[in-house]
Order: sequence, then structure tokens, then C-alpha cells
Amino acid sequence: MTGFKDRIPLPPAGAQRTNMTCHFCIVGCGYHVYKWPVTQEGGLAPEQNALGVDFRRQVGPLQLILTPAMVNRIREHDGREYYTLAVPDKACEVNQGLSSTRGGQMASVFYSEGGATQARMKHPRLFTGDDWVDVNWERAMALYAGVMKKVLDNDGPDGVMFNLFDHGGAGGGFENTWGTGKLAFSAIRTQMVRIHNRPAYNSECHATRDMGVGELNNSYEDSEVADTLFFVGANAYETQTNYFLAHALPNLQGGTLAKKRSWFPEESHEAGRFILVDPRRSLTVAICEQVAPERILHLKIEPGTDTALFNGLLTYVIEQEWIDREFIAAHTRGFEEAAEANRLSLEECSRITGVPREQLVQAAEWAYKPKASGHRPRTAHLYEKGIIWGNDNYRIQSALVDLVLATHNLGRRGTGVCRLGGHQEGYARPPYPGSRPAKYIDQEVIQGRGRMLTVWACNAFQTTLNAQQYREVLYRRVNIVRDAMARARHATVDELVDIIYDAVSNKGGLFLTTIDIYPTKFATGGHLMLPATHPGEMNLTSMNGERRMRLSEKFMDPPGSSKPDCLIAADIANAMKALYEGEGNTAMAERFAGFDWTTEEDAFNDGFRKPEGIDSQGGPTGDLVTYDRLRVLGNNGVQLPVKEYRDGKLIGTPMIYADYRFDTDDGKARFLPAPWNGLPEPVMAQKEKYRFWINNGRTNHIWQTAYHDQYQRFRTERYPMAPIEINPTDAKALGIESGDVVEVYNDYGSTFAMAYLEQDMKPGHTFMMFGYFNGNVGDVVPDWTDRNLIPYYKGAWADIRRVGSMDEYKRTVSFKRRRYV
Amino acid sequence: MTRTSRRSFLKLAGSGAATAASLGVLGSARAQDNPAPAGRVNLPYPDSRIANLRELKENTPQAFHYPDSSSPCQLIKLGHAVPGGVGPDGDIVAYSSQCTHMGCPLEYDTASRNFKCGCHFSVFDSEKAGQMVTGQATENLPRILLRLTENGDIHAVSVEGLIYGRQSNLLGGAS
Repeated sequence: MTGFKDRIPLPPAGAQRTNMTCHFCIVGCGYHVYKWPVTQEGGLAPEQNALGVDFRRQVGPLQLILTPAMVNRIREHDGREYYTLAVPDKACEVNQGLSSTRGGQMASVFYSEGGATQARMKHPRLFTGDDWVDVNWERAMALYAGVMKKVLDNDGPDGVMFNLFDHGGAGGGFENTWGTGKLAFSAIRTQMVRIHNRPAYNSECHATRDMGVGELNNSYEDSEVADTLFFVGANAYETQTNYFLAHALPNLQGGTLAKKRSWFPEESHEAGRFILVDPRRSLTVAICEQVAPERILHLKIEPGTDTALFNGLLTYVIEQEWIDREFIAAHTRGFEEAAEANRLSLEECSRITGVPREQLVQAAEWAYKPKASGHRPRTAHLYEKGIIWGNDNYRIQSALVDLVLATHNLGRRGTGVCRLGGHQEGYARPPYPGSRPAKYIDQEVIQGRGRMLTVWACNAFQTTLNAQQYREVLYRRVNIVRDAMARARHATVDELVDIIYDAVSNKGGLFLTTIDIYPTKFATGGHLMLPATHPGEMNLTSMNGERRMRLSEKFMDPPGSSKPDCLIAADIANAMKALYEGEGNTAMAERFAGFDWTTEEDAFNDGFRKPEGIDSQGGPTGDLVTYDRLRVLGNNGVQLPVKEYRDGKLIGTPMIYADYRFDTDDGKARFLPAPWNGLPEPVMAQKEKYRFWINNGRTNHIWQTAYHDQYQRFRTERYPMAPIEINPTDAKALGIESGDVVEVYNDYGSTFAMAYLEQDMKPGHTFMMFGYFNGNVGDVVPDWTDRNLIPYYKGAWADIRRVGSMDEYKRTVSFKRRRYV
Repeated sequence: MTRTSRRSFLKLAGSGAATAASLGVLGSARAQDNPAPAGRVNLPYPDSRIANLRELKENTPQAFHYPDSSSPCQLIKLGHAVPGGVGPDGDIVAYSSQCTHMGCPLEYDTASRNFKCGCHFSVFDSEKAGQMVTGQATENLPRILLRLTENGDIHAVSVEGLIYGRQSNLLGGAS
């Protein structure tokens, strides 16, 4: 390929083809990965290439997606070189041949020695006091297990801390959540664990689960047949792209009317209506306004007032008798108490939320008023980080699900109350050994507790709250150990273990190991790095936002000696077992037994397929699922839980609670009282002191912490630094232009961002990209959490000042409006 | 359909926009037998006159096809110097007008000076080398590289980036 990127190799007819679920967002689009020797190329005629496409002439619009980013060249361990091509699967019911800008670059993130991924970790690396060197796994495990054993023996499990993924897709999956969970919870038995994006071991959906309603209870197809989609704090175009484009938007456009009539022939039907709750005119709002302005309602609530909105609507629909009293009586408990606690007049609701009363009435009519045919409308309530990272996660979610239960908007097709999700899911672990609320691990670190921290496939430097203080303390503690290691030249492993243990037990140090595919900023601050793999380099199962489980198949060797996370967990356990066996401690050796896995499928069979007594998203029928059975189902997979295996096929569950048996002891859903109570005091203090609301979240270009994207020119040229959208009038008053670097600061810290003037931002409101590697909004997020230690990431207020102009940003970065107008 | 040699293709394509447009009548254009002969790294793109400076009006796109009749493009004089711009003011740029995501025709919005795709809402900035402002593509807009002659003729000479719906920017073979 030349520098012009003006041609790509084609897979020859008959090229190897495997299934791959996109590594990235919750939607989990289906892809095919082709792999063929570089000595071969497919021809232009349809019979000459594996895609069956005639490339002798221009291919028409919407026929395929095939871009340079979808191709890569790889070299296997045996030295053979191959081309790989990852293209969206037209037969996949999820994406129907679409790719997003994130998934479409999947081939670009396959490991390639000469490509953008050359920064990948290949072997374990040890910090020697002033430098990083490669070491083999034996050496790495001897040191890691040596320190861990010493900590366990002397300080108990609370000395061993983890920052640990809990999701599916890349850096997760059922195999890896099981392997790591079994190590942490069954073998080590530590409660000192936090999750990748929050400071404790908790759920983002405790409230809805406590109410008996799991948070992924419908299918994407339900968005096609709903009368109304009620989006709350969800920007689906950017963050669940192909769910939005393939399933939601066609409903708004009237493209699913035939399906609605076919499914519900007795009911009156129209094109769908969307209610979008968001203080910001998001890209999703802007697109919907273009497509069908008369069928959308954008409720621009004041930040943090969602609870008041739902309570006002609940009160109103009760007054209007649009609730389903029969359903409430038969299948729920606690309605009267919640209705009383949540009572809020529409006038008061309007005052608090800033939404005009007539819009509140219109929303209630669209979502809950009986249709022309007299039938109850089918309204799906779909939420994400606006609620999850909102003002009191537990309270908002309770208020929302109260409203949904009262109006019977779940268990019926076209309804549901679901998170739209971030990562894919893929959870199978032994029960967490701590209590609820769990330990606030960031604060444990800050207060000097814990002896060793293992950061596994995550990076809290970029994805935590109060991040500046967290980093400050962590660096200080880690450097105590670094100093000790620097003085320990040519120490044996046993000597080094003693030196490290002395530093962590007597001097306040913290021994830091990271297990990741890249040397992240977090990793480079530590002492030991262990290289992991991602999908394609291992077999991996996950499920998407409609619980659709697929097998992403291994098709290439991992970089160097890197390993699947589950097998790294097994290595650790086996090293620990050997140490305890060596000293005759059979009780402890037994705790670390049961990791005799040689493949990721062994881990899958040990966890997901033995669901008794564990927490698994596969549920009690996980044993029916095998790799072979999933392979047969390809990119369409099966929606969990599996009902049965019949006629050579796994049969899944498109909609949960169709039988109205909720996840409570008696099967009845629970209302939860959730009175509106304003902003939390520490957040309010920042709001009163500082001028700008620092709203924050994702953009469609960048996935997660940009762990791959920071090496992809297409991404970094667009966003060399985290952008912060600012109202132009506000910016002018501060002397700020697009492309300037600005400092964002409050009592919690300060961070930097690239100014991006945007007229859709309300005065006083900003929006900064979350989780970026260059400019970290977490530095100004208060340390307040809800009762279960869920952060209020959206609850940052700060001041902004111009740092200076960055000529290259101004020259090369587009500052055009991101909204489709 | 018979093959057209590279020489005869260049002769046709090089004789002006009118000829390029007439190629459309012939159906899909066809290209050379040997796309990358020894001694070359770049594809042997045709050198096609597409307009003259005098014909350009500021912020008024002018359609043309390049490197063949199946590939619609737009030429724009932006009125101020931009990255990759040519001409006396460094303000003339040209791009493929098929979305790099799924090939839908892009609309040039004179107010924003963006190219917009109505299929999946991708937006590309004509003033920043075709950078994707937002959207679902994985590539910026292919840039048509331009050359000016002394008499103000604007020639398309190459393409940076893969045009949608092709293995190579120069279609190979014929049927």
C-alpha cells in the first residue's frame, strides 16, 4: 500500500473467514474477519474474491463497507505474514451490515509490528529502579506471587487490591471475568476490588435490580415496534451507534410501521415518537430534529433534576389514571408508598427541571396516554450515563422504574426499561466477598491502605472521580517502592520480594502491577506489567445490550508471549499454589487450586457452564452453551438466558419478564420511594463557587480511554486533546477561541482541554470528552458518590481560563459544528 | 466491453471536463493493465483538466469526475488558504463526493462548508483536508490532488485516500 492509501488487498475466494463481535461498544456489531497469506490476492471479479463483489466497476452506495482501516497485515509467531480484513456482517441482525467509526477500524487495531498497534505489550516488563526491561513469565510470576504471598500471609486479603474490569468485549468477556473473579474472590478472597470505571465493587444498576428488574430486559427489535422511545441521558447516535441507526431511527422515520401492524394488528399505529431527556442538544437530538422534528420532544432539563422529572410525570399520570392498576395489583408491591413519597406537582416539576409545563404534559401524553385504539402505548425507556453517572444513581433509577412499573411498560414487546450500555457485558464471577456498600477503594488507596494493587485492563487515571488526588497519592506510594527497588541492584527474586514488602508494609508504599495490552499511563508509573490479549488473539464470549451472546473466534497469534487474562489469572493462582505447596500449607494451596486451564475454553467451561453458586449473566442454563454451539449461530448468537437446546440450536429469550415473574423472592416487582432531594452538598458547593457546568461524556470517534485510539492518526488528528464545547458568548468573554488550550479548575483539581466553541451549548454549560489520555475531566469531578459508591461524574462545576493558543490545533483540527444541521 | 489502454484513457480523460462527462455514457470507466509498473510507487493516475481558475466562484462547488466517470467529485474555491489548497490564494480544494462510509452522495453545505451525508450523518470539513467532523466513516474524504497550469487550468493528478466502493482508485479490468 502506498502513502496515499488508495488501494487495498482483497481476500481471495475461499479465504479463511471467522466471526468477530466488535471489540467495543455494547451493541456488539457482527463482523467477519478474513485472513489470507500475503502472497495471495483476490481478484476483481466477484468469483475471484471472498466478498463476492464485482470490483471491476464502481460499487454502488450502501452495498458494502470496505475501507483501508478495515485491512491490516499481521505476522504470526512462525514468521508467516497474512492480510486480515474485518468487514461488517450483513446477515447479523444487530448491525445488518453497518459499521460505526469505532468498529469499522477494528482491523487497524489488530496487532501489527509495523502498524499503529506496535506499542502493544509483548512480554512482561519489570521496573528495575530506573528503567523498564523485558522479563519472562517465570520471573514475573515469581516476583508477583512472592509479594502477594507475603502480603496475604502477613496482612490478609485486604492487603491485596485490584482495579478490575467487569465487562464484555475487549478487555473482558465471560472467560476473563471468570478467571479474574475466581482468582480475586475465591482464591485470594479479597474485598478490596474496584471496577474499571468506578471506585468500588458495585453495580451501576443497583436500584432497578433491587426492584426486581434487570437492566437489560428487551431487544433492539423492541425499539422498532415501540410507540414511543423515551431516551434519558443517552446519546445513542454516538455511543450505541448501530442500535440507533438500524433499530431506533427507522421507527422514527416510519420505516417499521408494517412490522408494528403485523405484530399488534388490533392497535392503532403511527411512526414512532422520541422523547429525549438531556440538558444538552446532543448529536442524537440534532439528528432526530432533522429527521422528524414534529415527532420528537427534547426535554432540556436542568442538570441533575431527572428524579424530579420522573416524579412529576408519575404524579401526573396517576392523576390522569393512565397507570395500570390491574398490573400494579397483580405484579408489584409498594406502589402507594412510592406514589406518596415521589409526589410532585407538574408545576413544581417544571420549576425544578426548567421544562415548560406543556412539554411535560406532551411527554406524558406521548408516553402514557392510551392510543386512538384505546390500547396502552408501548413505551420503551432507555437510559445510560446521564442517569448512571447522574445526581444520585440509586434515587434516579428508582424514580424512573417507579414510573415504568406504574404504566406497565415492561414485559410487553415494544416496552422495557433498559440501560443502553457502554461496554458489552460478560459477567461470570463468584460472589463478591464484601458487603454493600462495598469498600471505596480509591479512598482506601488515598488513606494509605493496601499493600499491592493490580490494575487489570483498566486505567483509573482516566476513568475515576477526584482523579488528581488519586494520582498524587498513588504516585507517592508507588515511588516509595520504586526508590527501594532502585537501591536493590542485582537482588535475587527472593531478596526483591523482601525489599518490596518492606517498602509496602513499613514505609507506606504500594506495589503496582498492571495487566493490559498497552503500557498505559497507569502502567508506566508502576513496577510490573503483564501483557494480555484481546479478541481475535483468543476465543472470547460476551453479550450485547439485548443479552445476545456470541463467540469471537481466535484467528491470530497474540503479540509476543502475551496471554488471555483468564490464563494470566491461572498462572498467578498456580504460582501461588506452588508456593504454598512448597511450604506444606495445604489449606492455602487448596484455595488456589482449580486453575488447571490450558485454554480460554477451559475457563469458560469452569465458570459460565457451571453456574451454580456464582453470579453469571448466563443464568442457571449456562451449562447448555458451548463453543461449538455458539459457532453454529455465528454473529447472531443467542439471547441469554438460554431456554433450551433443541434441534441442534440454542433457543434464547428476546424479552425478559414477559411472564411478569420479576427477580424478587415472590416474583413481584418493587416500587422504591425516591423523593426529589436536590443536588448533593459537595456538588452544590462547587456549583455555587464556580461558573461552568462541566458536563462530560463520549464522542463517537473515541472508544473508552483511547487505549487504541491514541495510536490511530485518524483519531488523534481529530482530537489531539480532549475537546471541551463552550458557548461562544461565554468563550468570547474569556478571550477563548476554538483550538485554544484552556484550564478547567475547581476545588478538586485542574485539567486541560482544547476549546471547541459550539453554539448549541447553553450559556454556563460545557461538555468535555470523558476519559481521554490528553486532558482528563476526572480531575475536576467531586469525590461524592451515591449510597452504593456510584460517582456523579456529570456533577462537576468549575471555572475556565485560557492557557494559550495551539497553532497546530487551529491549523489541522476541524472546529465545525459536530451536530448534523 | 473492451479494455481501454492507459494511454487512450489518459487521452480521453485529459481532454477536459466535457470529455470526462461523456465517459459516463460509456458506463463504468476502465483502467490500465499494469497499475503499478516498476519504477513507480504511486498508481498511474490520469492527469485530467477539470476547470479553469476563471470559471470558479467562491464557495460554489463545481462537479467533475475523477479519476474516471464513475467517481463524482467536487471542486471548491474557498476564498482563503486552507491545508492542501492550491492556486494563487491556496484556497482551491477538491474531494470525492461519495461518503467514505457507504458511498452515499455527499451534499456540500455552503453555509458550513462541510460535506454532509444524509444516510448516516457523517460530516466532513472541506476546509480541513476533508477531516471527518463526526460520523461513522473511518476515513476522511479522499482528496483529489490538483495541479495548476500557467493559463489557469486546474488539473486533477492524483487521489489521496480510497474512493468508496473500490479496491483501487483506478478501476482494473473490464467486463
